[in-house]
Amino acid sequence: MRRLSQARTGGLLSLVIVIVLLPLALDNIYHYDIVIRIGINAIVCVGLNLFIGYAGQISLGHAGFFALGAYGSAILTGHYSWPAWFALPASAAAVGMIAFVVARPILRLKGHYLAMGTLGMGIIVFIVITQEVALTGGPDGMPVPPLTIAGTEIYSETTWYWIIATVLVATVWLALNIVDSPIGRALRAIHGSEPASSVMGINVARYKAMVFVISAVIASVAGSLFTHYSGFITPSEAGFLHSVELVTMVVLGGMASTFGAVVGAGLLTALPQLLATLRDYEMLVFGAVLMGTMIFMPHGLVPTIAAMFQRWRRK
Amino acid sequence: MSLLEVDGLTKSFGGLSAIESLAFNVAEGQIHSIIGPNGAGKTTLFNMISGLYSPSAGRIRYSGRDVTGAAPHMLAAAGISRTFQNLQVFFNMSAIENVMVGRHLHENRNLFATLVRLPAIARGNAEARERAADLMSYVGLGAYVRVDPGSMPYGALKRLEIARALAAQPRLLLLDEPAAGLNPRETGEIDQLIQKVKDSGVTVVLVEHDMKLVMNISDRILVLNYGRKLAEGDSDEVRRNPEVVAAYLGAGS
Ligand SMILES: Nc1ncnc2c1ncn2[C@@H]1O[C@H](COP(=O)(O)OP(=O)(O)O)[C@@H](O)[C@H]1O
Ligand SMILES: [Mg+2]
Repeated sequence: MRRLSQARTGGLLSLVIVIVLLPLALDNIYHYDIVIRIGINAIVCVGLNLFIGYAGQISLGHAGFFALGAYGSAILTGHYSWPAWFALPASAAAVGMIAFVVARPILRLKGHYLAMGTLGMGIIVFIVITQEVALTGGPDGMPVPPLTIAGTEIYSETTWYWIIATVLVATVWLALNIVDSPIGRALRAIHGSEPASSVMGINVARYKAMVFVISAVIASVAGSLFTHYSGFITPSEAGFLHSVELVTMVVLGGMASTFGAVVGAGLLTALPQLLATLRDYEMLVFGAVLMGTMIFMPHGLVPTIAAMFQRWRRK
Repeated sequence: MSLLEVDGLTKSFGGLSAIESLAFNVAEGQIHSIIGPNGAGKTTLFNMISGLYSPSAGRIRYSGRDVTGAAPHMLAAAGISRTFQNLQVFFNMSAIENVMVGRHLHENRNLFATLVRLPAIARGNAEARERAADLMSYVGLGAYVRVDPGSMPYGALKRLEIARALAAQPRLLLLDEPAAGLNPRETGEIDQLIQKVKDSGVTVVLVEHDMKLVMNISDRILVLNYGRKLAEGDSDEVRRNPEVVAAYLGAGS
């Protein structure tokens, strides 16, 4: 028991320390940009991991929720002059509602069918965004007003670094709170056996919907932040490839590992950026990483390394 | 008083009736065994009583209420718990966490309290863990508290499911072949465990092939054959029933 809660606070503390020390190693805007993008992906992945890694479901459509949040914020601030800090929660609430409505029919599906169902959902979002030219700018995308804090427009990468870092730490904290609770155990039980979960009193449909909505809202918040950070948004954010990238990050880092999701997002966001030659083959790299992980390290990086470390310590 | 009343219960899969017009009552506080050859429909019956299958026809009353077709989690909340013939252990969780899941209905499941981690959540976790450890000792699994189910022997997993089912504090416990695959010593321990559970006031419906165990502990026995009731009574009545002897006990005893 004590060991478990120490792993919780210890992990969170390590994350904060890394975040605080990291700027010492970042000596130009370009580095900051990579780290900010890592943070945004990590936020989405921590939420997505609750759905995939803990509850044992699959989604090939979460980029759709990310994009809905991004476009929600872009449209409300750009066309209707809403303050960004109102547009963000409003978009998140709307995305949560959309996720809640699609949850019941879609989460009745399992395995391949669920993958196809969520894939279809993502494609619908992509098509709607591409078609609604008047609102979204269509395939060309649209510019987005910057975030403002106390009347000041935020352009500085260092400020953005701290904004994203704060939201990431908060997201990890919320995820850890869910995991180490009766709700978290219910989610993992659903992963283990739906019949056994339901006869133990777990309302399987309700918990699946709950975690789906939570992960969608988190993706939406990340999307809203991304849209203001980048200042421009295109429909590709809703695309199938983006959804696959997110799932690959979760799988590589480690299913059912909150810190694994952060590590997975870090590696797979940074690699294509740092190895410039890889960039043209980005999807090839993602595919290879996904295949390699499934074959050689099905539990993912962080759980595998943690297990090795424990074995080593026991000796 | 009858805790469970089954009347005209039928379940068909395609053209085949796994359970056909079955009627029987289970008295509160008893051990009520259901025996019958493989394919007789025992597990199908459990699946209907626990809500995993909805009946094709007939009614199920529990504690005086019609619960026919109710969802499993609703029936669990009403006090019905069970184990599975084919293990349904949560292999992605530790042994003690499996038992903690059994406490789900008694735990704090408020999302807001969970998200901001109110002290009640941490306290509840500690309490659930303590109670689960107690239950594991109760079923004889004290040595497995920190272990992954994947490295536990089959007999221990069967008990783990019993501990998980008991963690829900049920009024009615359905045990589907708890002694299958166990050696005689382990079967003897299961025998004592079921007696202990009965003595604590829980009504037990037991599906089991081990005749010594069944004859030893049952207050009442229902014999199923091809989904229909073949005989019903206490162990002596069932043992003497010529149809039962012919159809089922014949070869062995
Ligand atoms: N989900 C199902 N779909 C189709 N047939 C089933 C299903 N469940 C059970 N059956 C059939 O119902 C009959 C009774 O099975 P079961 O209840 O498992 O028997 P028992 O537990 O007494 O061995 C068998 O013929 C079995 O094949
Ligand atoms: Mg059976």
